[in-house]
Amino acid sequence: MSEALQDFKTDLKRTPLDGFHRRAGARMVPFAGYHMPLNYAGGIIAEHQHVRSAAGLFDISHMGQLTIRARSGDPLAACTALEALVPVDLRSLAVGRQRYALLTNERGGILDDLMVARMPDSLFAVVNASRKDADQKYLREKLSATCDIERHDDRALLALQGPLAAKALEEFAPGVSDLAFMDVRSMKILGRECIVARSGYTGEDGFEISVPAEIAELFAQKLAAKEEVKLIGLGARDSLRLEAGLCLYGSDIDESTTPVEASLSWAIQKSRRPDGERPGGFPGEREIFRELNEGSSRRRVGLCPDGRAPIRHGARLFESKTAQEPVGHVTSGCFGPTVNAPVAMGYVKREIPEGAIVFAELREKRIPTKLVPLPFVKPNYKRSQK
Amino acid sequence: MLKFTDDHEWLRVEGDVAVVGITNFAQNQLGDLVFVELPKVGAQVKKGDPAAVVESVKVASDVYAPIDGEIVEVNESIVKEPQIISSDPMGKGWFFKMKIGVPAQLEGLKNEAEYEALVASAH
Repeated sequence: MSEALQDFKTDLKRTPLDGFHRRAGARMVPFAGYHMPLNYAGGIIAEHQHVRSAAGLFDISHMGQLTIRARSGDPLAACTALEALVPVDLRSLAVGRQRYALLTNERGGILDDLMVARMPDSLFAVVNASRKDADQKYLREKLSATCDIERHDDRALLALQGPLAAKALEEFAPGVSDLAFMDVRSMKILGRECIVARSGYTGEDGFEISVPAEIAELFAQKLAAKEEVKLIGLGARDSLRLEAGLCLYGSDIDESTTPVEASLSWAIQKSRRPDGERPGGFPGEREIFRELNEGSSRRRVGLCPDGRAPIRHGARLFESKTAQEPVGHVTSGCFGPTVNAPVAMGYVKREIPEGAIVFAELREKRIPTKLVPLPFVKPNYKRSQK
Repeated sequence: MLKFTDDHEWLRVEGDVAVVGITNFAQNQLGDLVFVELPKVGAQVKKGDPAAVVESVKVASDVYAPIDGEIVEVNESIVKEPQIISSDPMGKGWFFKMKIGVPAQLEGLKNEAEYEALVASAH
């Protein structure tokens, strides 16, 4: 049978939790330039189910953590500066809140997707591992007149996700249960200053916690020792986010896909749209406005193939069993343990409506595949009562 | 007689028929299995042809025909329950039986000790 694993490169980096993963029996794989845990002894399906029913701890220290600080000392100046690079309203972002954002290029394509938090004196951004070098360079180049960009390679990033995440974290960060979805706070954990955000990449309630690298292992050990917490690898992280309908940069979105095509128009607040208070003023404004107005020629949708066989990244989609020209392609696909069926997402031509059946190419066969709304699994976020 | 391929299939010779499956190492590498596709009974396969497919949550892998021959029986129980492959890869988790087309091809395959050495070197 074909070998699923590639050989390890020796130049891969290690997160502060590398030894911890190995001692916990992780199967390590190369991902975005790092040795990362794919899964632990229980396997991907058990880990996935555990996050949906209890709490799972993920090491996501490979991701980039950046502080953007205006040299003027005015925190709003950092928001204004970054607004020139994203079609997102940051000036109205309240202190202690975070927002999903997209760095766009001149053609309206997506350079990266990121979470931006408004801290009391700066912005704190979490960016994709595969893009962090490029993002840092780009932000420095574009914002150097007004802002300093600091990258926190001395920090680890942990995610604790699932319905019991707040209960588990409360012991180490008293008061954390009071945060609402997308709230961000600086909090002391094990005596050190940490940044806690109530958000994640699984569709469940949970937290992402930026901690100094020196305490990462101790903190992970203490969390993992709790009965409700299990360690979760990248395999389950991928199936969880796919069921939640969330994009993976490099697969579902990239420089060739626009926010409108990617069905991410919701991330563009009214204030940055043509009839808003601060319309445009970001790279790709013309193309993105045109598509907001007229619609894009293709869009990202959910895909449910018939049967049990997953359809995967790259599979072509056709309108019939015999059509020659594809009408779209799959960008992510796997078996969804919560749905208990294969799930996928991809791009199709705009004319094809939700509910329609297309045919996914799979080993010389064409599998009837239904266009469905995303997400596959209803999110379980703790929304604010406001 | 038990033989192995470099691609982590095993093959057990029973008279003029060979039973084929994937090794414990292979199922372990793949992780949780969710889907299996088997060849048609009566299909003629050549050594190295993709004969079956096994999918885990993350990845699809081909299972190659270890020798030339005709598929004479397939194990439908692993289609219904792919987990059988994980729990008993060398027994109840067999994939298909094939009529041995070219007996001489068996000599090119690894014996158990040679295969164990291959797996050990992969670590």
